[in-house]
Amino acid sequence: MNEALIKYLLSLGDTSLILGQRLGEWCGHGPVLEQDIAMTNISLDYIGRARLFYQYVCELQNDGQNEDQIAFMREEEDYLNLLLAEYPNKDFAYTIARQFFLDSYFVPLFEKLSSSSDERLSQIAAKSLKESHYHFRWSSEWMVRLGDGTEESNRRIQEAVQHLWEYTGEMFQYASYENDLTQQSLIPAAEILKEAWAFHIQRVFSESRINRPSDGWWQTGGKSGRHTEHLGYILSDMQYMQRVHPGLDW
Amino acid sequence: MSQLDHLIEDFFKPSGQPTLVHHNPSEEELFALLSSIPDPEIPVINIAELGILRGVEKTSEGFIIRYTPTYTGCPAMGMIEMQIRALLDDAGVKNYKIESVLSPAWTTDWIQEDARQKLKNYGIAPPVVQQRIMQLFEGPGPVSCPRCNSLHTEMISEFGSTACKSQYRCLDCKEPFDYFKCH
Repeated sequence: MNEALIKYLLSLGDTSLILGQRLGEWCGHGPVLEQDIAMTNISLDYIGRARLFYQYVCELQNDGQNEDQIAFMREEEDYLNLLLAEYPNKDFAYTIARQFFLDSYFVPLFEKLSSSSDERLSQIAAKSLKESHYHFRWSSEWMVRLGDGTEESNRRIQEAVQHLWEYTGEMFQYASYENDLTQQSLIPAAEILKEAWAFHIQRVFSESRINRPSDGWWQTGGKSGRHTEHLGYILSDMQYMQRVHPGLDW
Repeated sequence: MSQLDHLIEDFFKPSGQPTLVHHNPSEEELFALLSSIPDPEIPVINIAELGILRGVEKTSEGFIIRYTPTYTGCPAMGMIEMQIRALLDDAGVKNYKIESVLSPAWTTDWIQEDARQKLKNYGIAPPVVQQRIMQLFEGPGPVSCPRCNSLHTEMISEFGSTACKSQYRCLDCKEPFDYFKCH
């Protein structure tokens, strides 16, 4: 069994699920109805994507564990998501900046993974890529609207970008299981992704009067199970039903 | 199955469906039967017209029914699988397996021509172009109003009541409408 692949799938699944849960928190609280619907639509795509990764994990592990148990019965340290995904929504600017950074990562990642020699991973990537294109366009357009909008909107998106920047380095600092998979030629090298990501980011920043913060110290640990305090609160909310009624089904 | 499961199945079972005359159908007969299942969100078109039902294969172990999800998070997928089960159980088909196929990924290019007309009659503008990647702030091109056919329309939001639809408004007849976006 490829332990590295299982961890990698969990990491992608966890980032998708936690981000989906975060976006879902906007349900009924969006700044306008259409954008409330947009965020919950995108949330559903991410949760659906998490299911595809978890289902594959279940098949590889073949130990009777199902996708619900993976999502709802694991502890914080078992979660391998990027710290950026668990960052609180705060306001619309923070949510957009977080989404933009992650969408700009998933588009090149899925482009590369769709030709992975692991057939199932390549199928999931090809399917998810189509949706990531929508997400990327949505979050990028909002970056431009906010950045190139009023003084107030520019100040707030700039603040969000400045604040979240230190969480972006984690995407390109590979965990040991990612390095293993790179050596197995199953996933792209971090440098290739970083280059594509930086290109997307710069293109949108240049259209939106947003300054790129300088690189410095990076917040990391999520991909190894070391999280910010926010994840515990997300899980206590998200896992409540299965913890109280284990195995509950529709 | 619990009583509740049976009640749920009955609820989702398509009504007025053709049923099989015998319990050993061919692949084509079973495909035709399953084609009668309407899409749960857009009941005027069925799952074959929408391109979700990918095929029926008869093996020595029984039938394999293959379908493909439209969007990964589309909640209708669970319901479609339930409808397939209900219909097969009702038809007396016992040995079958339902497989979700990811590749090739579903595209709106698979929606058949008469289904596009049905969408329009139902008030949903069908997808206008072949699926492609749009640039920032780019729309899909002119979308015609399903009510008055005017091309003088505008997008309200790319995201709508379901994952597959965008919200539009007609600037001539002033009616809002759904657009089935290209995917």
